[in-house]
Amino acid sequence: MKSKKPNALRSVVAHTVLVILSFMCLFFFYILIVNATRSHADLQKGFSALPGKYFLTNLMKVANDGTFPMFKGILNSLIVSGCSAALCTYFSSLTAYGLYAYDFKLKKVAFTFIMAILVMPTQVTAMGFLRLITNMGMYDSLLPLIIPSIASPAVFYFMYSYLQSSLPLSLVEAARIDGCGEFKIFNRIVLPIMKPAIAVQAIFTFVGSWNNYFVPALVIQSKDKMTVPILIATLRGADYMNFDSAKIYMMIMVAIVPIIIIYLLLSKYIIAGVTLGGVKE
Amino acid sequence: MRKKSKSISYAKWGYVFILPFFLCYFIFSLIPLLDTVRYSFFEYYRSGIKEVGPTFIGLQNYASLLQSDMLKYGANTLILWVIGFIPQILIALLLAVWFTDVRLKIRGQQFFKVVIYLPNLIMASAFAMLFFTIFSTNGPVNSILMSMGIIKERIDFLGSVLGTRSLIGFMNFLMWFGNTTIMLMAAIMGISMDVFEAAEIDGCTGFKRFYYIILPLIRPILAYTLITAIIGGLQMFDVPQILTNGQGTPDRTSMTLIMFLNSHLKSKNYGMAGALSVYLFIVSAILCFIVYRMTNDNDPDGSKAAAKRREKEERRRRK
Repeated sequence: MKSKKPNALRSVVAHTVLVILSFMCLFFFYILIVNATRSHADLQKGFSALPGKYFLTNLMKVANDGTFPMFKGILNSLIVSGCSAALCTYFSSLTAYGLYAYDFKLKKVAFTFIMAILVMPTQVTAMGFLRLITNMGMYDSLLPLIIPSIASPAVFYFMYSYLQSSLPLSLVEAARIDGCGEFKIFNRIVLPIMKPAIAVQAIFTFVGSWNNYFVPALVIQSKDKMTVPILIATLRGADYMNFDSAKIYMMIMVAIVPIIIIYLLLSKYIIAGVTLGGVKE
Repeated sequence: MRKKSKSISYAKWGYVFILPFFLCYFIFSLIPLLDTVRYSFFEYYRSGIKEVGPTFIGLQNYASLLQSDMLKYGANTLILWVIGFIPQILIALLLAVWFTDVRLKIRGQQFFKVVIYLPNLIMASAFAMLFFTIFSTNGPVNSILMSMGIIKERIDFLGSVLGTRSLIGFMNFLMWFGNTTIMLMAAIMGISMDVFEAAEIDGCTGFKRFYYIILPLIRPILAYTLITAIIGGLQMFDVPQILTNGQGTPDRTSMTLIMFLNSHLKSKNYGMAGALSVYLFIVSAILCFIVYRMTNDNDPDGSKAAAKRREKEERRRRK
């Protein structure tokens, strides 16, 4: 009985703080959505809490703008992020399986090496990377944004931990006895077992690649190959004052919304996945 | 005997399976790294359309970087990171404790978790652009504050050092506190219920429970969060770059190290970019090594720390 009262007070405090924090997180997106549905003239008059009726008009304006090909940008971003997610998860699983299921001389060296570069920032090699892809003739193309995702140490580590917890090696042995080839074992038996891990990491790789700005901004030059973040950056660099501000809000919204939709649909798995990736059991 | 020969025949598959990863890493990360280091010793830049160098100049790039504003940008990066990280870790700890407190019975936990994690997935550049428009002198935030009568004149948030830095820190806080909360929650939930029950019987509740039970037990994950956050802070780029259009305005007080690197790369100043990259590489390598020690399975630190904790607990129990 005695402890009931402070707990009630604490509960009120906790809920208040949570509501305030949630408000902070959502407020800016609310402004974004409201302003994206109003016209430029309305926006000049000041802020209104209620949405306007210009959603479609603004959307059409963004779609028809040749200087900022937003939808082409989304398509490019989709290609890059989709391919990165697929390559990254497949090859990380393959590497994890290779190091988990087989015994070979350099196994320990290879594992230690990957663990040592686990959190190495990509920015430190950016200069050499830029020169390399220029020499390889891949400057200003989407390929250098996709191919390097084959080697993602963090995803590898996640896959490796997952294999440790869910793939009994006896299963592999059994498949071998049944005459299954090594690649077939991986594709037909190991990959299906890893499906949950692959799904989680595919989402994170996709989102990471979708939001990536540093490398694409260095690599991509021509307008029709730009991904969404570069277009946003160009928007910032443009002569801002002469702009239709409603269109700016709509562009930002178009850039953000695909991820929000994915997130709302998969939030359960995403939130569960955050901890799986980072925390060592 | 037969078994041994079999395992050798399988070994080659191990190499085959890890080959793509290593091939890709060597080509797209290791060779660029070596190239970066090599050019850091050369005078090699472009002025106008004329290319100067490459001429070997030893450590001159490193020396001139130290005399340039690099250290100032390093300090900027640190300040921006601290402004975002301190509230982030405090709020995350608080929320994690609340979420895991069975007695508190937070309603709509799933909803709150979904909401606070949301900003982490938002494109940082778009988020920065959004803040730029919202906090501009004739943007909605100024209009709202004006109409509520809180301010008389429009505030130029991005024109002042404090305004710009706080905005960047605030955005970093918003983008990362949800993530940290969820990480710390998992850490707290990893603590055995027995410990909490035993503590409660001994009259250890509320703040004591947090300070004497939770904090020491999640220390390894706190340390991990700290180090990864430092690495993330070192890479700070998208938000200040977009918010200040790459200028680090006002007066380059919000210019970060990676923005500095980016401007060298954009102007094709390869020698300087190389030397700066090497500096960054050395710092990251140290941080990487710490993370390696923490995550490695044969980690002597983790087990030692655990043993020490157990010992301490034992001693406390005996008392």
